[in-house]
Amino acid sequence: MARIEAEVGKPQGGLIKWIDDRFPLTSTLKYHVTEYYAAKSFNWWFVFGVLAMVVLVIQLLTGIFLTMNYKPAAAEAFASVEYIMRDVEWGWLIRYMHSTGASFFFIVVYLHMFRAMLYGSYKKPRELIWLIGMMIFFVLMAEGFAGYLLPWGQMSYWGAQVIISLFGAIPVVGDALVEIIRGDYAISDITLNRFFALHVIVLPLALIGLIFVHIVALHEVGSNNPDGIDIKKHKDENGKPLDGVAFHPYHTSKDLVGIIVFLMIFSAVVFFAPDMGGMFLEHANFEPANMTATPAHIAPVWYYTPYYAILRAVPDKLWGFILFAMAVVLPVFLPWLDRCRVRSIRYRGWMYKTALTVFVITFVTLGWLGLQAATPTYVMLARVFSVLYFAFFLLMPFYTAMDKTKPEPDRVVYHG
Amino acid sequence: MVKSSRIAGVLALAAFLVAPQVLAAGGEVHLEPANLEQDNAASLRRGARNFMNYCSGCHSAKYVRFNTIGKALGLSEEQLVDNLMFNAEKTFETIQAAMPAEDAAVWYGKAPPDLSLMARARGADYVYNFLKGFYLSQGSPSGVDNTVLPGTSMPHVLWELQGYQEAMFETHENEDGSVTKTFVDFEPLSAGSMDAEDYDDFVRDTVNFMAYIAEPIRSDRRKLGVWVLMFLIFFFILAAQLKKAIWKDVK
Repeated sequence: MARIEAEVGKPQGGLIKWIDDRFPLTSTLKYHVTEYYAAKSFNWWFVFGVLAMVVLVIQLLTGIFLTMNYKPAAAEAFASVEYIMRDVEWGWLIRYMHSTGASFFFIVVYLHMFRAMLYGSYKKPRELIWLIGMMIFFVLMAEGFAGYLLPWGQMSYWGAQVIISLFGAIPVVGDALVEIIRGDYAISDITLNRFFALHVIVLPLALIGLIFVHIVALHEVGSNNPDGIDIKKHKDENGKPLDGVAFHPYHTSKDLVGIIVFLMIFSAVVFFAPDMGGMFLEHANFEPANMTATPAHIAPVWYYTPYYAILRAVPDKLWGFILFAMAVVLPVFLPWLDRCRVRSIRYRGWMYKTALTVFVITFVTLGWLGLQAATPTYVMLARVFSVLYFAFFLLMPFYTAMDKTKPEPDRVVYHG
Repeated sequence: MVKSSRIAGVLALAAFLVAPQVLAAGGEVHLEPANLEQDNAASLRRGARNFMNYCSGCHSAKYVRFNTIGKALGLSEEQLVDNLMFNAEKTFETIQAAMPAEDAAVWYGKAPPDLSLMARARGADYVYNFLKGFYLSQGSPSGVDNTVLPGTSMPHVLWELQGYQEAMFETHENEDGSVTKTFVDFEPLSAGSMDAEDYDDFVRDTVNFMAYIAEPIRSDRRKLGVWVLMFLIFFFILAAQLKKAIWKDVK
C-alpha cells in the first residue's frame, strides 16, 4: 500500500517522464511547437500553410465517410453519389465539403505558393522546402484529377478522356502509356477502379509523407517573414530570436482567427453555392457518363485551366504537351532562376514588382481562357499570355539580377 | 513598401471572386429567366401534380423517393398515395416511368432521359424554355421541333394546354456561304385550354418541382448555413479576443 502511494504521489509528469524516457515527446513538442520561433511580423499571407493543413484534414475526414458509401464501379458510381446526396444521413454535407474542399485546396495552395513568390521564401536556405512543396503540388494535381473521375458524370468521363489522351502525344511510348493509365482501350470500369485506388490510398499517402518532410525541412531552417530577413541573427541571452514568437501559443492563436475566417468563406460556399456557378461542380457532371455522347464543351475544372489554355494554344499535339508539362514544372526552378540578393518584394526594384504583377494577371487570364471554348480570338490571346507566362520564368535570371534593390533592415518591421 | 504586396493580394483574390460571374455570362441560345419561387410550397405541390400527370408517364426520376417529396411539400402519406403515386405501392419507392424504357427507345428513337437531375444539369431556365419552345415542324417525326433543343425526339406533350405555335426565324447568310438561323419569336396557331400566362405558370411550377428534386436538400442547407455562419461569427469574436490577450506582451 505504502509503495503504491509513493508511486502515485510522485510529482506530476510521472507519465510524461515515463514516455519521455522511451519516446522524444516533450523535446519534439518543444522543437516543433512551443519553442519553434517564427517572426512576430507575419502578415496574413503567412496563414495559407496552416489553411492547407486544415483543408487536408477536411478532405481526409470527409473522404473516409464518402468511401463508406461510394461504389467504385462504372455501373454504380453515379447512382451511389446520388445515394450519398439524398439517402445517406448528412451525406450531402460530407459530399459538398469534399467537393468544395477540392477547389479550396487549390485556392489555398496557389495563394501559399504566391506568398513564396512575394517574399522570396524559396530562396536559400529554403530551396528544398520549395522543391518538396512543388512535389506536393504535383501529387495534389494528380489527386484532384483521379478524384474528379469518381462521380462518373459526363465531365468526369470526358475530362479524363481528354487529359489521358494527352499522354498519347509522347513519341514511341505514348500509346502504351495511355493504355497503362486506363488499363483498357477506353476509359472504363477498370480505369475507375484504379483511379479510386490512386485517389484513396496511393496519392493521399504520398501527400501526407511529403507534407511531413515539407514541415521538417521548414523547421530545420526556420520560417521566412515579410521582410525576408534572418531573425536568428539577433537572439537574447537564452538563444531565443528577439523578433520571433513561439509557434504556440502566439502563432496558433493568430492562425485560429485565420482558420475561422477561412471556414466562414468555406461554409458560405458549401451551404449557399456548392456548385459555385458550375466552377466547383460542373453542370454536365450531373449527367451520368455516356461514352456515346460528347458534351458540347469540355473544360477541366478551374484549377487546371491555366495549363490547359497553354496546351490548347499550341497547334501541334506533341509540342502542346511539352509546353503544358513545362508550364507545370518550371516553377520548380525558381530558387535558381531568381538571382536577386534580397528575398522580399518590399526591398526589390520595379522590375520584379512589374514582372510579378504581369504574371498574376497572366495566370488568372490563362485560367479564364482555359474555361472558354477555343475560338480563334481566344486561342490567339492564349498564345500571347503563354509567351508572358514563360517569359516570367525564363527572363527571371536577367531582370532579377539587373533590378535595383533597396537596403534590407537589420530587424523586422513590426507595428504591433 | 507594404503596398505592393497588398495590391498583388487584392488582385489575386479579386480574380478568384470575379471568375465565376464572368463564366456564367456565356451561353448560346437566349433563355428567358424562369423566375422560380423556390420555397413556395404551393408552387412545388402544383409542380409535383404536373410532373406526375404529364412527365412521369415516360420519364423516371429514379433517385427521388415519394416520402422525401411528402416531407418537403407538407403532404401526408395519404395525400401522396391518392395524388402522386400512380404506379408505386410504398412511399419509400422512387419515381419510375410508366412506359418501359426499351419500348420508348423503339417508339421515339431514344429512351426518355431520367429527370432527377435534369434541372441541375441543364439549368432551370433551360427546362423552362424547352417546355415553352415546341413549334410545328413538317420534317420532324413527331410533327414538332424545339427552339432550345433542335431535333428533339420528344413530342409536344403539353399541346392540349398550350396549343400549337409556329416559330419565326431570321436567316443570315455567312461569308462562307453557310446559313445561320436565328430564332426571333413564336406565333400562336391554335389555342390550348390555357392562355399564355397560365401556361407559363404551369411550366414554372413544373420546373420549380424539377429544380427541387434535383437537389432536395437545397432549402435545408441554406437554413443550416445561416446557423453555421452565425456560430462562426461568434467563434471569431472569441478567437480574436484570445489572440489579442495572448499577443498583448509582444512589442
